Amino acid sequence: MTAALSLVASHVLAQAKVLDPGRHHVLHPAAPQAGHIEWLYWFIFWILFAVFVLMIAAFAGAGAKARVVASGPLPIVEKDEEADHRAGWAVGSAMAITVATLFVVLVLSVVTGKRVEGLTSKNPVTIQVTGHQWWWEVSYPNSQADQTVTTANEIHVPVGSPIVILTNSKDVIHSFWAPNVTGKRDLLPGYSSAFWFEIDQPGIYHGQCAEFCGLQHAHMGFSIIAESVDEFQAWQQQQLKNAAEPSTSEAIRGREVFLTHACLMCHTIRGTDAGSRFGPDLTHVASRNMIASETLPNTAGALAGWIVDPQRIKPGTQMSPNPLSPDDLQAVVAYLQALH
Amino acid sequence: MAVAESIVANDQDTGQSELALRLARTWRQPGGFWGWFCNTHHTDIGIRFMVTAFIFFLLGGMLAAMIRLQLIRPENSLMGPDLYNQVFTMHGSTMIFLFAVPLMFQGFGVYVVPLMCGARNIAFPRLNAFCYYLYVGGALVLWGGFLTNTGPDVGWFAYVPLSGPSYSPGHRADIWSQMITFTEVSALGVAICIATTILRYRAPGMTLNRMPILLWEKLVISMAVIFAMPAVMIASGLLLLDRLVGTHFFNPAEGGDVLLYQHLFWFFGHPEVYIIFLPGAAIISTLVECFSRRRIFGYTPIVVSVVATGFLGFSVWVHHMFATGLPQLSESFFTAASLMIVIPTGTQFFCWVATIWYGRLQLRLPMLWCFGFFFVFLIGGLSGVMLASVPVDLQVHDTYFVVAHFHYVLIGGALFPMFAGIYFWFPKMAGRMPSETLGKWHFWLFFIGFNITFFTLHFLGLRGMTRRIYTYSPDMHWQGLNVLASSGVVFMTAGLLVFLANVFHSMRVGAIAGNNPWGDAGLEWSMSSPPPPYNFLHVPTVSGRDPLWEDPPDQAIVVGLRDDIRETLVTHSLDAEPQHKDEDPGPSIWPFLTALSVSAAFVGSIFTAWAVPIGAVPVIATLIGWLWPRGESPTPLPTGESWLR
Repeated sequence: MTAALSLVASHVLAQAKVLDPGRHHVLHPAAPQAGHIEWLYWFIFWILFAVFVLMIAAFAGAGAKARVVASGPLPIVEKDEEADHRAGWAVGSAMAITVATLFVVLVLSVVTGKRVEGLTSKNPVTIQVTGHQWWWEVSYPNSQADQTVTTANEIHVPVGSPIVILTNSKDVIHSFWAPNVTGKRDLLPGYSSAFWFEIDQPGIYHGQCAEFCGLQHAHMGFSIIAESVDEFQAWQQQQLKNAAEPSTSEAIRGREVFLTHACLMCHTIRGTDAGSRFGPDLTHVASRNMIASETLPNTAGALAGWIVDPQRIKPGTQMSPNPLSPDDLQAVVAYLQALH
Repeated sequence: MAVAESIVANDQDTGQSELALRLARTWRQPGGFWGWFCNTHHTDIGIRFMVTAFIFFLLGGMLAAMIRLQLIRPENSLMGPDLYNQVFTMHGSTMIFLFAVPLMFQGFGVYVVPLMCGARNIAFPRLNAFCYYLYVGGALVLWGGFLTNTGPDVGWFAYVPLSGPSYSPGHRADIWSQMITFTEVSALGVAICIATTILRYRAPGMTLNRMPILLWEKLVISMAVIFAMPAVMIASGLLLLDRLVGTHFFNPAEGGDVLLYQHLFWFFGHPEVYIIFLPGAAIISTLVECFSRRRIFGYTPIVVSVVATGFLGFSVWVHHMFATGLPQLSESFFTAASLMIVIPTGTQFFCWVATIWYGRLQLRLPMLWCFGFFFVFLIGGLSGVMLASVPVDLQVHDTYFVVAHFHYVLIGGALFPMFAGIYFWFPKMAGRMPSETLGKWHFWLFFIGFNITFFTLHFLGLRGMTRRIYTYSPDMHWQGLNVLASSGVVFMTAGLLVFLANVFHSMRVGAIAGNNPWGDAGLEWSMSSPPPPYNFLHVPTVSGRDPLWEDPPDQAIVVGLRDDIRETLVTHSLDAEPQHKDEDPGPSIWPFLTALSVSAAFVGSIFTAWAVPIGAVPVIATLIGWLWPRGESPTPLPTGESWLR
């Protein structure tokens, strides 16, 4: 009972963190990468603000002499060498200042780019992120196959360690972006690339696909869960295990339903016969905060609604409707909710 | 003595009006229903381009209003993803391909360039008319598809593999690709007409260094079109081949490359931005000079800037692709190139300020719109400096920050100058003055609404709102700003309604404009408003950059042209010395028929590759009709100076 309560409490807490608008914001950095960029952003911003004020002042000064004469054009100004000379100096100096300013922006931009991209540490945590229409496959590759963790949409990372993300896509182009962490990187089919970041503060940071990828581009969120090294290792150990054996009769029946319906055509639950890699790995689905790529909270009601008619929630999603009987549905939800 | 002079003057008047009658008979365009399709005069075709493109601007604006309505609250059920994706794709494609380029470059250029050159018609007038019908064909294909639920839904950029055969079955993406073919062939043809007119049809004396800045800009844009458009036609052509006949140019599973498409597309896509902005800058340079009542300061720096922009525009395309993960060195190169664009644009801004400062500013209605341009485009240009920086771009790329930026640049750089230009040249086109009061209402409503909508989008972008999402969760806290952004639409719509009222009202009851109501210096203000079908009674000569301000009253005119056939004068491309005469081919139904047969082949090839060989037959037949020899060639140009008076 207490365990269940604490579980609920932790879910509510996790939800509260996701709800905080600061968890998805370019100017609230949680990583040195986003921090460097935020600094550059404000630096350029204040330079440009000064330019803006000067230009508006120049136009206002020039325009202040305007005459509103409705009847007919004014006579032409006589040629004035003196005025042309002064204008030439003014325009020339403005040009010189512009070039100098641009040079400063260029140098700072290149330096910041190097600080954001250069990886110095030797032992990063490597995570493979693969884009699918419309969810994220996340795996922690290991030279031993049985030590490889595979999950979806929620990326656990240890605080204070460098994280290298390897990107790829199974279908169209997606783009990986968690604004509090670092800039975005496209996931291109046929190309693999790598970038890195490091998170300072524990917390849950929201991310979203940033490259238009079809019908459900809007519902392709993910989260980065930054936790202490101990918590991260505990999570990893838990994820390496096979699926928990169902303990209640309802959950046992739920597994039966899962393995005799369309579910196993697309999903993997390690330790059972379900082994397809088309959809997200559900071996530890109950350990996630959200389902359907950050679209719904991971509750019994939401799970049931999603299983029966995913097309209503994410029109166009690759998952087809499952018209299960109420009993079957309840059983399968009970089974999935036991997969911690 | 006085009597004798008045007789001479009267004699000249009758002589001139007789000449006017003869010219009007020679250059007359046919009337009636069929005559409408035979018309090849540039003022008529130019106005058609502008009116058609403006209608598509209004349609594209309605789509934008739908987008703002959908995003007004989280999880809105007004539109599903299928319709929303079509709507934003149609909005972008309509605004870029059916409105901005056709109006700012094609329509406006076709109307004003021959008048500014002192020519009686545009070069290749039949090609020009053909391009108009082809543009209409492309527009009808795109909107026909949308209205039958086959509107493209892959974005105005149609990135592969999303737009490829595996992920976009059906004909939606094909319609997008073919619309590109239609409109780009049209833009290419007009670019050739305009460039040839500027290089070969200038009035004697209008050497390159005396050419109005507007003509310089039109020349640079024409060149940019000629080099940029083939890239996008290759991109959309290869896409069509992938979709129609099963090639694998962009299929990574068979060794194709998805980034190749992006390079081809943006190699066109970024110069396209300057193809849209430079006509705006050209209008601003013209109007600043006219309403500051002094010759523009810094003619040479401005011309150099315009040419530099044309070249630099081709070296920045990769800044649309920073997020694909390029090596740092190439990122730095494209950052530097993108920042460099600021230098020529800044130069123009500084020269405009200097001209106003040392001039005698008259704040008439078109000039008010110029000040709107200065404010809006300045903000867009400055946020563009931010986007040139790779690290900042990686954060705000594909968010509403970028949406805000390019609406400031495109609406600032094209729409504000467009309204300035419409109000400025309206007296020439319609013969009547626009209402200043209604025009000011239009300005303030549109200016305020625009800034409410698009300034707000910067903040949404920083808060992480990505582009092209049909809905968002209430947890993201984006609703307040979205409501604010959408409320600006009300003001903009009201402003546009006032504009339409102004146009229809002023066309009927506006004050009679006369030849030159603003006291401008350009040759287009030397004839009556609207211009007669032969444009100039006598083809003029010029002896300065600002002909109507500087040329002496006894400025020579060209007299060696016949008035019983449509003779035009061809001059040297550098010093505008007369070289020979050419005959304008006159009205013809063939351009229209050719456009019809080409459209049929294009539309057919959406469905089957056989449409290409079969559709070629009527295309060849109509081309034979078009190119059928016409008999006599023009008389040779008189030698010496005898063509002058």
